[in-house]
Amino acid sequence: MNAPAATARPADWLESGKREGWVFSTLCWLSTWSSVAILLVLLVAIVSQAWGWLDWQFLTSFDSQRFPDKAGILAGLWGSFWTILITILVSVPVGVGAAVHLEEFGRNDRLSRIIQVNLANLAGVPSIVYGILGLTAFSRMFGLFGEQGLIPISEINLLGWQIPIPFGKSVIAGALTLALMILPVIIVASQEALRAVPPSIRHAALALGATRWQMVRHQVLPAALPGIMTGVILAVSRAMGEAAPLILVGATTFVLYAPGDISSLADIRENPEGLLRAPFDSFTVMPIQIFNWAQQAKADFREHVAAAGIVVLLGMLLLLNATAIVVRNRSQKRMKY
Amino acid sequence: MIRGSLFLCAVVSILTTLGIVIALLLETVVPLPGSSDASEPFFANVSVWQFFTDTQWTPNFGGEQQHFGILPLVCGTLLVAGIAALVGLPIGILSAVYLSEYASPRVRSIIKPVLELLAGIPSVVYGYFALTFITPYVLRPILQDGLGFTVDIYNALSPGVVVGVMILPMVCSLSEDALRAVPRSLREAGYALGSTKFDVSAKVVLPAAVSGIIASFLLAISRAIGETMAVAMAGSNVPRFTLNPLTGGQTMTSFIANMSMGETPIGSVEYKSLYAVGLCLFCITLIMNIVSQWVMRRYREAYQ
Repeated sequence: MNAPAATARPADWLESGKREGWVFSTLCWLSTWSSVAILLVLLVAIVSQAWGWLDWQFLTSFDSQRFPDKAGILAGLWGSFWTILITILVSVPVGVGAAVHLEEFGRNDRLSRIIQVNLANLAGVPSIVYGILGLTAFSRMFGLFGEQGLIPISEINLLGWQIPIPFGKSVIAGALTLALMILPVIIVASQEALRAVPPSIRHAALALGATRWQMVRHQVLPAALPGIMTGVILAVSRAMGEAAPLILVGATTFVLYAPGDISSLADIRENPEGLLRAPFDSFTVMPIQIFNWAQQAKADFREHVAAAGIVVLLGMLLLLNATAIVVRNRSQKRMKY
Repeated sequence: MIRGSLFLCAVVSILTTLGIVIALLLETVVPLPGSSDASEPFFANVSVWQFFTDTQWTPNFGGEQQHFGILPLVCGTLLVAGIAALVGLPIGILSAVYLSEYASPRVRSIIKPVLELLAGIPSVVYGYFALTFITPYVLRPILQDGLGFTVDIYNALSPGVVVGVMILPMVCSLSEDALRAVPRSLREAGYALGSTKFDVSAKVVLPAAVSGIIASFLLAISRAIGETMAVAMAGSNVPRFTLNPLTGGQTMTSFIANMSMGETPIGSVEYKSLYAVGLCLFCITLIMNIVSQWVMRRYREAYQ
C-alpha cells in the first residue's frame, strides 16, 4: 500500500510510515480504554438511577404491583439464595468428581477424550437451550409422570417428605438446570487446577505406598483446592446473574413470598418444615425481578426500582468475586512449589 | 466404588448433551408422552419446507393466519448479532493488539480486571442499560432528534450495541492469547528488517495469529446469537422480516423467552414451536462452535 514510489523521496515514505503507525496505535489505545469508559458510564448510569431508591425498605419487603416505593427485592433474595445453594450442592461435587476422573484416572481412554470434546461443545450452548432442557427434563420430566403420563404418580413420599413429581415450576427444577449449565465451567477450571499440581507430589505419595485415591484425596485435592474454589466462585456468580433458563423453567415474575415461607431466621424456628418445603416451592430470583421491573409501564419501576435491584445484584456478585480474589492471593502466598 | 462414582460424575456431561438433544427432538420430531390432547410433534403439523421458507411468523394467530416461517426470527437474530459483531469484533481485536504489543504491565493490570468485570456483569444489567440509557439518551437524541429517523423504543440497535460490549472481553482475551503465542523471534526478525512497530504488529503478528483470532470471532458471534436477556428486554417483540436496525424484529431467543412466559397451553402447536426454534438455535450455535474448534486446529501455525 505504502510501497515507496520511484519518484518519492525517502523522507516521504518514512513520514507516511510514522503517520500510519501513529494512527494504528491511537486506534488500539482508544479501543482499549473505551472498555473502561463503557464500564464507568454503565455503573454511573445505574447508580444514579438507583440513588435514593435503594434503602432498607427495598431490601426487606416483597414486590408491589402498583406502588414503586413499596416494592422490594426480598422474594428475589431468598429465591436466589435457595436456588444457588442447591446449584452449588449439586454442581460442585459432580464437577470436581468429573475433573478428578478425567485428570487422575481415565486420562487417555477413548471415553475421556469424547467427554473432553463434549465439554468444549457444551460450553458453547446458549443458556436458553439449557432452559429448554430444564423445562423438559425437570419441570415436566419428559411427560412420563402425572395423571396423563405413563407412570401415574404425582408425588413421592420419602420418609414423610413429600416430593412432587415432576418438579414443576420449583426451586429445585431451576437449580438443577443452572447446575447443568455451569458444570462444564467447573469441570474445566478444576481440571486446570489439578493439572497445575506438580507431578512430583503425586510420585512422592505413590512412592510412600499411598493408593491412587489416597494420593488424590490427601495430596492432590488439597493442593488444587484454591484453584478449584476460584473456578467454582466464578461459575456460581454466572449462575447468580442468569435469568434466561429460569424463565423457561418457570420462575415467576411476581412473587409475594419466599420459598417455604421462610423470610427471616425467626421463621425457621417457628416453621421448621418450611425448610423441607422450600426446594419444591415456586420462586423468583433477583435477575428475573429486575427483568420484570424493566418491563413495567410505570417509569419509576422501569428506571429506579430496576436500577436498585441491579445494584443489589451487582453488590452480591462483587462480594463473591472479592472472595475469589482473596482465596487466590492467599493461596499464592502459601503454596510455592 | 470411589472410581465408579467419579466415573458417573464424568458421564453426567454426556448425559447433559443427550438430554438437550432428546428434549429438543421431543415435541418437534417425536411426540412427548405426556402431552395428551394434540400429541403430534411440531413437524407433523408444519412441514420443514414451510418452516424454513415462509416469511411470516405468527404463532399466536388462529387458523389461516397462523404461519410458522422462521425466517423473520433468523433475520432478527442476524441483525442483532451483526450489529454486535460490528461493535465487539473490531474493538476486541484492537484492544488485544494493544494489550499484547503496546501496553505496559501497569496498563495491563488496569485493563485486564476491567475486562473481567465487563464479562462478569449479568445480561439483565446490559438489557436494562440498553433499554433505559442507550435508546433514550444516546440513540434518540442523535438519530431521531438530530437526523430525523424514527427510533422505536424497542429496536435492534441498542441490544446489538450492548451485546457487542458483552462479547468484547471474550474476543479480546482469546485473541490476545493467540497473539501472545506468536514467538518473539518472528517479531525480532521483523524489526531486524527495518519494520516499524505498526508493520510488525499488523503484518507479521496478526497474520501469524489469524487462526486463533478467527476462532475467537466465531465463538463470540455464536454467543451473540444465543444471547437472550439483553435482547428480550431492549429488542423488539414483533417478528419482522426486516434489516432496519431502528425497528428490528424479534430474535429466536427472545421468542423462546416470551413464549414460555405467556399463557400458551402446553401441547398446542404454538407451544411446540418453542422447541422447533430452540432446535434451530442449538444447531446454529453448535455448528459455529465446531467450525471454530476446527479452524483453531486446522490452521494453527506450529512454532517451536
